Amino acid sequence: MGILISLVKKEAIHIVRDRRTMMITLIMPLVLLLLFGFAISTEVNNIRVVAVVERHNDATRDIIQRLTVNEYFSFRGLADAQDVESLLRCGEIEAALLLRCDGGDLASQIIVDASNPTVGQSAAAYIRSVLAETGNGNEPVVTRTLYNPRMKSSYNFVPGIMGMIFILICAIMTSVSIVREKETGTMDLLLVSPVRPVYIIFGKLIPYFVLSCIILVIILIMTYTVLELPLSVTVVSVVAVSLLYIVLSLSIGLLVSSVVDTQISALIVSAVLFMTPVIMLSGMIFPIENMPEILQGISCVIPARWYISAMRTLMIQQLDFIYVVKEVAILSAMTLVLFAVQLKGFNSKK
Amino acid sequence: MSRVIEIDGLSKTYGNIKALDNVSFSVEEGEMFGLIGPDGAGKSSLYRILATLLSPDSGKATVLGHDCVADYRILRKLIGYMPERFSLYPDMTVSENLNFFASLFGTTVKENYSLIAPVFGQLEKFPDRRAGDLSGGMKQKLALSCALIHRPPLLLLDEPTTGVDAVSRSEFWDMLATLRRQGISILVSTSYMDEASRCERIAMIDHGQILRVDTPAALAASVSGNLYNAVSSDMFRLLEGLRKLPEVNDCYTFGATLHVVINENFNPEAVVSRLEDGGIKDVSIYPAKGDIEDLFIKLTRNDER
Repeated sequence: MGILISLVKKEAIHIVRDRRTMMITLIMPLVLLLLFGFAISTEVNNIRVVAVVERHNDATRDIIQRLTVNEYFSFRGLADAQDVESLLRCGEIEAALLLRCDGGDLASQIIVDASNPTVGQSAAAYIRSVLAETGNGNEPVVTRTLYNPRMKSSYNFVPGIMGMIFILICAIMTSVSIVREKETGTMDLLLVSPVRPVYIIFGKLIPYFVLSCIILVIILIMTYTVLELPLSVTVVSVVAVSLLYIVLSLSIGLLVSSVVDTQISALIVSAVLFMTPVIMLSGMIFPIENMPEILQGISCVIPARWYISAMRTLMIQQLDFIYVVKEVAILSAMTLVLFAVQLKGFNSKK
Repeated sequence: MSRVIEIDGLSKTYGNIKALDNVSFSVEEGEMFGLIGPDGAGKSSLYRILATLLSPDSGKATVLGHDCVADYRILRKLIGYMPERFSLYPDMTVSENLNFFASLFGTTVKENYSLIAPVFGQLEKFPDRRAGDLSGGMKQKLALSCALIHRPPLLLLDEPTTGVDAVSRSEFWDMLATLRRQGISILVSTSYMDEASRCERIAMIDHGQILRVDTPAALAASVSGNLYNAVSSDMFRLLEGLRKLPEVNDCYTFGATLHVVINENFNPEAVVSRLEDGGIKDVSIYPAKGDIEDLFIKLTRNDER
């Protein structure tokens, strides 16, 4: 036990003395959360729109009134029908709404600039909903958006960021710190001492586990206060699943450290093999359902996919633990397999 | 137990490079044994096998009566190993490093301070300095202190003086002598031939093969007798001229002079006059005392022929 404590203490000294890395690891989650929470969002706001009205009546005035006050639009006034195209072409506006009274009925046409499909689709959908509210849409359908009624993208990003940060800290930092000892030769001294390899491994893992727990607390506090995610009892499950994911990420770090010999390759392997798939294939940004089947298959072996999906269920849908049993089972299985392989490999190395 | 290290037919191959080729020698208890050879001779591979970090392809190595492969657990408690590169934690202070290695071996610095005192003495003044900020000589002393902290009966030092200034090197060898007097057996390797004379016996190693094992004096004597120094005002032409002579087996620069290895037909006066006739001025040739380096050159030249 005494040996384990001094190994942990030694590792803690490495972490604390490396000020720059520690600041980055503690500040990065904050910056990412704030960036994705406030600055970067996939919501479309301030769509510049003009209206073309042939003859005003109560209905058209009502619609224009709604466009003016709606915060998703920035209403640029009325325009002539022949100017719409040039306005769109110059990029002055993103959408135009053409209203014409045909007999008693109001006929409408929506023209959107779809050079950015997200903006185009959102603009069309927003205008349609405005028309629907005034009773002038084609078919008024009542839509209820569950779990995230305001469709805030920051909600969606929190699980993704968590999935990414823990891989980053646990996998990259653990592997780099182990490989650094291989590179400088201190690993030889540890191995030549009577210390059992299992202690060496745990001496490495425990400090990074603690560091990850601190980061988890920071993220959760940020999420429930600044990002205003609704707090409920599911937070207990959130913590539990996150701890499991942290352990899994640590074992990935071990795996990397056992196959590479230099710090730089540890960094590259972790970044390329783990970070990129986490960002691209885990469903953090791009929905898995939209991917080709091959990529969907690949995404199944990416731990972050299951973690992020579990986090969405627990944090955004606020559902009970029962609903994430599948994800937890998969994550646990991955962890067990990785650890078994590692301990065996490390012990036999001589 | 009279032999602390017994190596028998050890071989190790990396890909198609033979790092160790049928190496055999033994080290007596309480001996300071030197392993002398150029870089890449296989010294570090041998150390890694003795330190239980590497398994040999064939052959057997017994350290302190334990087999290096089968009994590695026991050996790891007994050996003090200092690898070639400085391998302590540069971001930890002097005392943190020392305490850490003490705790790895389940001991304390206090318990064994008497042993490391002669080595650690100079470091005592700045226990809070980071190991990475120490000078090369100080780093080696700290590394030696860490290797000694558990009172190992055998020290394995792999090129401890590489990259260390001449004064510190000499100091370091004095410390090793002190440790040896306390009964610690030492296997030390170096690529500096001049350090060989500080050992009781040395093994000369090159290309993974042991060339010769003997005391430094005996080894030096084996090249003396047919060795001469040669100097002149034009060293390059002298070297060329000497190499052409039939009674000269070999000629090479050695410090400020040339060392001439001769055969029985050699007559210094005759050679001097012949060279001066050839236009080389101020030639002087006198008997030289051979040392390990001469022997090394001789043995490796033979190898090439």
